[in-house]
Amino acid sequence: MGAYTPTVADPHVYHLPVDQRRILRWTIYIGYFALTAGVFHGLANALSYAGFSILGWFPGLATYYQGLTAHGVANVLFFTFSFSNAFLPLLTSRALSRPLPTPLLYLGFVLLVAANVLVIYAVVGNRASVLYTSYAPLQAHWTYYLGLVLLVLSTWIALLIMLAALRGWRKEHPGARIPLMAFLCVVSYVMWFLASLPVATEFILFLLPWSLGVRAQVDPLLTRTLFWFTGHAIVYAWLLPAYVSWYVLVPRQADGALISDSYARIVFILFLLLSIPTGFHHQYADPGISNAMKAVHGVLTFGVFFPSLATAFSVVAALEIGGRRRGGTGLFGWVRKLPWGNPSLVAQMLAMATFVFGGATGLINASFTMNQVIHNTTWVPGHFHMTVGSAVALTLMGVAYWLIPYLTDRRLVARRLALASSWIYTIGILIFARGMISGGLAGMPRRTFIAEATYRSEAWRIPGIVTGIGGTLMFVGVISFFAVVLLTVFFGERGRGPRDVPVSGSLTAPSLAGWEPWLDRIGVWVLAAIALILVAYGPFFLTYAPAAVSPGFRLF
Amino acid sequence: MKAHSYEKAFLGAAIVVLLACMGALGFATFVHGIHLPGIAGRIDPAMVRTTPPFDQPGVQRIGDNAYRAVLIASAWSFNPPEIRVPAGAEITFTVTSTDLLHGFNIEGTRLNMMLVPGQISENRYTFREPGEYTIICHEYCGLGHHTMFGRIIVTEPDVEPPASGD
Repeated sequence: MGAYTPTVADPHVYHLPVDQRRILRWTIYIGYFALTAGVFHGLANALSYAGFSILGWFPGLATYYQGLTAHGVANVLFFTFSFSNAFLPLLTSRALSRPLPTPLLYLGFVLLVAANVLVIYAVVGNRASVLYTSYAPLQAHWTYYLGLVLLVLSTWIALLIMLAALRGWRKEHPGARIPLMAFLCVVSYVMWFLASLPVATEFILFLLPWSLGVRAQVDPLLTRTLFWFTGHAIVYAWLLPAYVSWYVLVPRQADGALISDSYARIVFILFLLLSIPTGFHHQYADPGISNAMKAVHGVLTFGVFFPSLATAFSVVAALEIGGRRRGGTGLFGWVRKLPWGNPSLVAQMLAMATFVFGGATGLINASFTMNQVIHNTTWVPGHFHMTVGSAVALTLMGVAYWLIPYLTDRRLVARRLALASSWIYTIGILIFARGMISGGLAGMPRRTFIAEATYRSEAWRIPGIVTGIGGTLMFVGVISFFAVVLLTVFFGERGRGPRDVPVSGSLTAPSLAGWEPWLDRIGVWVLAAIALILVAYGPFFLTYAPAAVSPGFRLF
Repeated sequence: MKAHSYEKAFLGAAIVVLLACMGALGFATFVHGIHLPGIAGRIDPAMVRTTPPFDQPGVQRIGDNAYRAVLIASAWSFNPPEIRVPAGAEITFTVTSTDLLHGFNIEGTRLNMMLVPGQISENRYTFREPGEYTIICHEYCGLGHHTMFGRIIVTEPDVEPPASGD
């Protein structure tokens, strides 16, 4: 690491106790298994836009919307949170060179498994084809709501695990700055904890008792607003673990360094402050919400774009340092010198590249004037497959290429297939998103069984075919990924995994003087975030009189 | 160090770009008058068919070259399934749902609303071109979601006030 300041407390290798490592490994397996299970339905959805229905090929799948529910729930809830539940505590432990509280690790794992069992029971039996947004008054079986509540609880346990480790470390190191890697992990899940409270309220107070018959009726606008209160920040809960990798792991993998310790902390604090008070931009088209408050959320959504732009600068600068150290010269010559043979790094660099388009289309969503053209069209999934579907999914796949060998102590096998998987996926997503986006601009509705729709537009034909081709390539990419993971777990050469987490160094050290130690006062930033949330959501909740008007409908 | 002066320039540019986007948003809102559906009243979804104006769904003339189109969404159709309005007239769409969430997107226009049981959705639009437009329910509403649509026939501007179709 040379002259750089490490982003962990102690650069010497630290290994978690074997039993703790095992729990984290199995938690990660659940995540990658959910990813792979979910993309089968993803393929069916993409082909539906091209006019093919392959539903008949899926044993036990009754309807398109059942498959779409499985795709959403498996890929954006179970995949992302299972991964983060293991990845963030693992890095926190590495950053502090400390073990984690074992009982809480077991508790979190049990909750995650129980969540899986309940939700799989509900979805596979077509008892919960309500899509991942779970909008009332479509009513799922209670096991579905309870399962998702347990999933959220498991994330809270993961946060507790990190806070316990951090608290222990700080007691032993009074006055010391929190190691950057631990800080970023903890802030990611602190943000998510705060963000998850509204959806937890929605499920525990309303949807779960309503599905059990304890409550006869709910207010669909209220539950929907609670959902989106969490629903935008949730995308940052998926994204921040990927950003953690980009800030403190990727620079090392590229032989570069993080340009600034404080810069990274400020970016994560901005996400803590700005991720949550933005939810109304998902409800621009809703009745019953004042347009002034929609505009406030719109402006804040532009605000939360800023830390992502700052991230773009920082990660590219870190890569450039690496490229130049490896002998690259000239304005762009360093790009060629990056380690393009490293499947873990390549996946993540491709994730960053596709995220540029994800970000740009996100700005259009946030602009409420243009939003009216694309709201609820395929434009929107076109957009978010270039955020959660690439920046996040591809980064998490890239992380697997070092993390699975690290956790199993086996050498990565089929390196070429691993490299190819990322390129195939990236080419696939760019084609797929192109189709979805042009279809959306022509009004093609999202979350709709287009292959059997009773209306049609000539303008959707080509975009639909493009979507189907791209989606098929994405599917091939993920299946190749899963094959590499399976082969590594079962056949990788033992004792040849990486010895340590790829810990990056920073060009600047965290300062003990001046304003910088204030960055570590996470509690203060939480209070500031709450204040901003009150400004953004206070007027709605203070003036909105809930009217429980909707019984449950099970029309699926 | 050099990276930090580039960093300042980059972040400055980022702020300028974001402010420019917000400026464009303000311009479109206040100069072009592009508005979102906002608060337009509440209704009991069980009583929609007997509550004005939904007791008489269809198109009514409400002023000089201004019409109101009242529609009811239920799984999985719109009532009335087809309406006729003239081009060049300002149409106020007043829509609600009797059961689930539904969507109301007129293909090829910016008229795009969510229908939420208990709430009335309202927005205005002026069609420039005569022709046939599809109303698409773009919010998942159960098994028959992809069969839910309506039609708007936009007639020549000078035609006399049309009656609602049925």
